[in-house]
Amino acid sequence: MKKQKKKNEFLYFTLRNRKLQIGLSIILFFLGLAIFAPVLARNEPFAYVNLRGAQPPSSEYWFGTTFFGQDVFAQFVLGLRATFLVGAIGGGLGTLIGVLVGFTAGYRGGIVDELLNMLTNIVLVIPTLAVLLIIAAYLEVRSIFTECIFIGLTAWPWAARAIRAQTFSLRTRDFVDLAKMSGMKPLKIIFTEIAPNMMSYLVMTFILQFGGAILNAATLDFIGLGPTNAVSLGLMMQYAVLWGSLLLGHWWWFIPPGAAITAIVGALYVMNVGLDEVFNPKLREM
Amino acid sequence: MQRYFSRKLIIYALTFFLAVTIDWMIPRFMPGDPIRNMLTRVSVSSNPSAIQMMYDYYTHLFGLDLPLWQQYLNFWNSLLHGDIGISTYLFPTPVTDVLWRAVPYDIFLLVPAILLSWYAGNKFGAFAARSKWLDNTISPLGYILTATPYMWLGILLAWFFGIVWGIFPIAGAYSFNMQPHLSWAFIGSIFHHWFLPFASLFLVGFGGWAIGMRNMIIYELEADYSHYLEALGAPRKLIRQYAFRNGILPQITGLALQLGVIVAGALVTEVVFSYPGIGYLLLAAIQNQDYFLIQGCFLFIIIGVLLSNFIIDIVYVLVDPRTRRGMTGESA
Repeated sequence: MKKQKKKNEFLYFTLRNRKLQIGLSIILFFLGLAIFAPVLARNEPFAYVNLRGAQPPSSEYWFGTTFFGQDVFAQFVLGLRATFLVGAIGGGLGTLIGVLVGFTAGYRGGIVDELLNMLTNIVLVIPTLAVLLIIAAYLEVRSIFTECIFIGLTAWPWAARAIRAQTFSLRTRDFVDLAKMSGMKPLKIIFTEIAPNMMSYLVMTFILQFGGAILNAATLDFIGLGPTNAVSLGLMMQYAVLWGSLLLGHWWWFIPPGAAITAIVGALYVMNVGLDEVFNPKLREM
Repeated sequence: MQRYFSRKLIIYALTFFLAVTIDWMIPRFMPGDPIRNMLTRVSVSSNPSAIQMMYDYYTHLFGLDLPLWQQYLNFWNSLLHGDIGISTYLFPTPVTDVLWRAVPYDIFLLVPAILLSWYAGNKFGAFAARSKWLDNTISPLGYILTATPYMWLGILLAWFFGIVWGIFPIAGAYSFNMQPHLSWAFIGSIFHHWFLPFASLFLVGFGGWAIGMRNMIIYELEADYSHYLEALGAPRKLIRQYAFRNGILPQITGLALQLGVIVAGALVTEVVFSYPGIGYLLLAAIQNQDYFLIQGCFLFIIIGVLLSNFIIDIVYVLVDPRTRRGMTGESA
């Protein structure tokens, strides 16, 4: 009974929160575009469809065409898929490793904690992109999937650190002691006693990892280390700059991809704050 | 304090060690044969014996014909002698020389951008917190700015101010018809070319810091000490001052954590503006398959980030009295 009421309360604040509404609708809009990309795109992303080369948006080519006469809209919606994929897989993997390391370090304490903390701090200092770039530079063929994996493998440290701190403070609470005394296994304690109490935290970590992975992928793509066999928003910007769209004034080529990334990542951040307000009543603006 | 610094130094030493190891490992353990790739891509000659000779030369140059442990020691040895190979793209300049030429531009671009955006962002964020009107304007702007990919903001600025309005140049570090020399015209040209890359780095950073500080202040104003002060009847300004001083500490730690992201941002910004720092060099190295140069850029970036982290640590000790008194204010 009580639990039911609590759920409703969360739902009530979730649906009423303006920040969440705005953020979620932006994400859903772009997600819709990405999901229906094959239907919406009327041309192959790299096919040279417009023989007259670059042309501004028209009813035939909604976002215009590139220097080579490729359909920008087709590239855009298919690129969105790559963006969401990188966010979900890269961000998901980053969160997962962060959670595993954070829980283990925070719950076990002692020498395990010392070692994991040391590792976290070391990886934390190394600039993620520098590592990604040196790996990507040596890879012959790069797919979106490998990009996701590498981004996830390098993005976890701050999540691990934050989750460790939270676990650390929860570990000494009475209800955890009680669970320990009743002979529960550590793994079960972590998942049934500790994790539910920081669920909000984990959700927010995932959201931030999602956004971070998208930005990282865009950076990698832009310096020419993106997927070699796919289209992505970062690659679109790279081609646009390489083929002089700035000087030639082909604004329809470089504005949509960047605007979409900004909108998606911005919406994620805003959602994050909205969630924070839902979970933390002190922050609600009355 | 000693404990704090010794812990930090151990972390940095290990990080450097790990970074160098990665730098050594990747070319050797990645699938594929970088030397073969390099030769086929450059396709110097179709003569098989010439290719074999080049292949042997490069294998020897990398030292790939030695046992692994020996290769690893040699790598460290030459590294400590300041030798990280010869650039194939700017043959025969040593990689270190190429990099030293680029570093001043990076410092000139990054240091002001980081410090000013951090300062201005914190001030504005603190200002905006809990004042309805400002919060409603600055916060959305901050979120948009901090979500903007660096290169896109760079592209937009270059397009608006460089092409559409034509008031700022969009390529190079100084005018192409000038030689570096000491004159007002040249210095003016340097600043003229510096402004747009600086502005795009500044703006993205500004958004993030403003948001961070705003949230920090809101947390602090809800803390017990703030409520207590309020109950004592302290002026609002004083309470906010305390909140700011408490909020600034995580922001300093945040700066250390953000450094990698900012450096990455600087790399792509330099690419957009053809600004001759390490980022621009890196793009050229990637496009020309210049592996020594790529590895050199990696090492320089790591060293730069480590040094800056160390400076931030010192600042932290100066700002937070708890670290000085041996209490672990900030866990290492």
